[in-house]
Amino acid sequence: MTIRPQDVPVVDREVTETEVLEHASSAGGPTDLRITDSTLRDGSHAMSHQFTEAQVRGVVSALDRAGVQVIEVSHGDGLGGSSFNYGFSLVDEFDLIAAAVDEATQAKIAILMLPGLATVKHLKRAHAVGASVARIATHCTEADVSIQHFGEARSLGMETVGFLMLAHRAAPEVLAENARIMVDAGAQCVYVVDSAGALVLSDAQERIHAVVEEIDRDGAQVGFHGHQNLSMGVANSVLAYQAGAKQIDGALCALGAGAGNSPTEVLAATFERMGIRTGVDLGEVLSAAEEVVRPFIPRLPWMDRSSITQGYAGVYSSFLLHAERAAERYAVPAHAILQRVGEHGYVGGQEDMIIDIALQLAEEQSLGDLAAAGVR
Amino acid sequence: MTRTKASAAIVGPGNIGTDLMFKLIRRSEIIEPRYMVGVDATSDGLTRARRLGLETSAGGVDWLLSQDELPDIVFEATSAKAHVANAARYAEAGILAVDLTPAAVGPYLCPPVNLSFNLDAMNVNMITCGGQATVPMVNAVASVVPVPYAEIVASVSSRSAGPGTRANIDEFTETTAAAVEEIGGAERGKAIIILNPVEPPLMMRNSVFCAIPEEAGEPGALQDRILESIHAMVRNVQEYVAGYRLRSDPQFDPARTAWSGQARVFVPIEVRGGGDYLPDYAGNLDIITAAAARVGDLLVAHRLGTATSWKSTAELGEQASDAVAPEKAGV
Repeated sequence: MTIRPQDVPVVDREVTETEVLEHASSAGGPTDLRITDSTLRDGSHAMSHQFTEAQVRGVVSALDRAGVQVIEVSHGDGLGGSSFNYGFSLVDEFDLIAAAVDEATQAKIAILMLPGLATVKHLKRAHAVGASVARIATHCTEADVSIQHFGEARSLGMETVGFLMLAHRAAPEVLAENARIMVDAGAQCVYVVDSAGALVLSDAQERIHAVVEEIDRDGAQVGFHGHQNLSMGVANSVLAYQAGAKQIDGALCALGAGAGNSPTEVLAATFERMGIRTGVDLGEVLSAAEEVVRPFIPRLPWMDRSSITQGYAGVYSSFLLHAERAAERYAVPAHAILQRVGEHGYVGGQEDMIIDIALQLAEEQSLGDLAAAGVR
Repeated sequence: MTRTKASAAIVGPGNIGTDLMFKLIRRSEIIEPRYMVGVDATSDGLTRARRLGLETSAGGVDWLLSQDELPDIVFEATSAKAHVANAARYAEAGILAVDLTPAAVGPYLCPPVNLSFNLDAMNVNMITCGGQATVPMVNAVASVVPVPYAEIVASVSSRSAGPGTRANIDEFTETTAAAVEEIGGAERGKAIIILNPVEPPLMMRNSVFCAIPEEAGEPGALQDRILESIHAMVRNVQEYVAGYRLRSDPQFDPARTAWSGQARVFVPIEVRGGGDYLPDYAGNLDIITAAAARVGDLLVAHRLGTATSWKSTAELGEQASDAVAPEKAGV
């Protein structure tokens, strides 16, 4: 709800915890869509995987108070992502998940996992520390690698969500086929994931529509996960809702890979203005962004030359900081690396190819320098 | 027994099984593929095997074990789950088993690293394609300096990853990581596999990251020894997989606090396939089938009391290039 002066409660007596819960928007009431906040997962990329337990507790507590129903906590690349290739976590992700579970009163804690990187063992461990939603991600055309993981998540009694990543790389009907594989394997919702922030309006809506057509009859929901590389995250989310999506991802202060995710607080404000009920308290979520997250962010995600190139060339958003580091080490421009990643069609998880491209560019550059100096 | 050749069965006529069939036919002088069995009569692998004169059946292992003449050696290219179920049956029938699934029933084998294994073993495991491509590099580094942690990333084209690989993705990462430790020599191993559907298909790529002592992160004698060891190992692998090469020079990064004070070496590998079945992008097939064929030859030669007959890729020369033209990739 919008905070107006006359809505501010007057405190005239002690209230019980039950009363507080009953009055919080999170205490129920019909919603038109569910917002999942990924600050503590996608935001891990923007934080170079250096989240502390205090930060996780602070964010979970604020989101939980704001009525956000699902909060995702994992290494940016999902469970098991702590590595040379993607960056080591400062704090073990299972400790962070346990802290989040401890802090949440109504919100469910979700994890992300990418088959090929994480295994059923990681999933079971996350479940054992209290995670209750399993979000299982594959490249948009490779859904069949997730079959064993959906089966296991369901048998653990977890809620299941499928993630079709880099969704701009597949036509709507191909996404629908892959969504079908996930639903048949046990997914209760399938997301169209715009990992590169490359979908422009109708591109997003057509894909959502195709997936809804395919899996709605099974009672499975459809979700949308947007990035801001071309500044389309929120607009695409609205179009996704209008095409039938029931779950939408956001991150506080857009904290996420590339130019960041659709900001949770902007989604909440926009949907509220449209009369679409999310169950999220706008005042609380605005303060979560401004007072809890903003102070610890080293650099706000932004649409700069590199991240816009990612949206334009269709590059997995988490490549940004890795490209910047390789750019510094090999003295080649980050945006040129990203442009070439797009040309080669590398997919999520292939961060190791960035070094390869930086070396190639450096070699071309030195050959170019020699040519410019008249060396043949 | 005066036989000079052993008969082989290939179980699992998918990408790996079919590629292996071509390799055995072309390169082995002591193993003769006789049976190819699967579960789908219309599969491309069974069709090709029939055309090449093998006895084929979609009746699976039941059919194979009901034959009057059992094979001497079986190459399993199905799935980890299937091999776990079949392994005991092969053993009971006295059939040698070379396992190309990540089931890891028998000991891990990687030809350039641990060929001095027990030749009387009845079941050996070929790890995974990513393991065959990366374990030699981990071992090359670990034979010079202690490697407390090694991580490998294998990227393969979606077309070359058949249903077995896809259903076994957890087993792939777990078995590869275990082999990175057990025979690679790293204290702790991690493995990641990525499938990329881009067209035209990407060549198989592998990245090997090893944590190494601080001193080895800086140019000097120790670093030079690591480099020599890597280059020597690349040549060893090239003896049986000609398309195995360093994509660029290994990259050394100085020690960092985030790496527990360790330095790092990054070794980028490309594996171009021999085009025996799928086109050359599918180096992931060659790296494991060539290793399996070579190990099969050694096991059989030991039993027949003959020398091994492995034809090196160099000997094959032109012969390799007029390989049966692959039709459509059997995805």
